[in-house]
Amino acid sequence: MAEILAAACLLGGAFFSLVAAIGVARLPDLFTRMHAASKAGAFGVGLTMLGVAVWAADVGPVTRAIATIGFLVLTAPVGAHLLGRAAYRDGVPLWEHTLVDEKADATPALPRIPPAAPRARREASASRS
Amino acid sequence: MGWPATILEVAATVALAVIVLAIGLTIVRLVRGPDFADRAVAVDLLATLAVAFLGAFAIRTDQPVLIDVALALALVGFVATVAFARFIERRQPTYTRADRG
Repeated sequence: MAEILAAACLLGGAFFSLVAAIGVARLPDLFTRMHAASKAGAFGVGLTMLGVAVWAADVGPVTRAIATIGFLVLTAPVGAHLLGRAAYRDGVPLWEHTLVDEKADATPALPRIPPAAPRARREASASRS
Repeated sequence: MGWPATILEVAATVALAVIVLAIGLTIVRLVRGPDFADRAVAVDLLATLAVAFLGAFAIRTDQPVLIDVALALALVGFVATVAFARFIERRQPTYTRADRG
C-alpha cells in the first residue's frame, strides 16, 4: 500500500516537473515563464520528495525529506519574487498581449538600486544607452 | 532492475526519464535566453529539478543517503537564485524605459 502511494507521488511529481519545464520552454515572456517555474516546479519537487518520505519509512530520512519540502515551499516564492522584481527593474519586455502593467506610470520611473562604484565610473564614458 | 520489477522500481524509472526530459527542456531555455533574467529563471528551475531527480534516484538505487544531497542542493539553489537577482538589479539596465513601449 505504501509502495503504491510512493509510486503515485513520484509519478505525479515528475508530471508536474515536466509541466514546469514545458512552461519555461514555451511561454512567451519572462514573467509567464516564472509563473510556470515557481509554482509547478515547487509543487512537482514537493510531491516527489513526499514520495521519497513515504518510501523511506524511517525517522531520519523522512525528517530530511519533509525538511526539504518545507524549505522549498518557503524559498520558492521568495526567490521568484526577487528574480521577478530584478527583471522588471531591468526593463525586461512584457508579452505583447499583456493587459495590465500596474507599475507602468510609477514615479520615479523604474526605481533602481544605484550601481556599485566601478560601474558608475564606466557609465560616464560608455556610449550605451 | 531484475524482472519481475516492483511497482516502485517501475515508477522511479519512469519518473527519472520524465525528469530528465524536463531538464532537457529547461536547458533549451537556458541556451536560448534571450535575456540574462531568462537564464537565471532556467538555472533556478534546473536546481529545483535536480532535487526531484535526486529524490527519484534515491528510490531507484535504494540509497536514502541521497536525500541529504537533495536537501543541500535545495539550500544552495536558493542562495544562487538570490545572488542572480542581486546581480541583475545592481548592474547596468539592459533596457531603457522606451523599449518596454
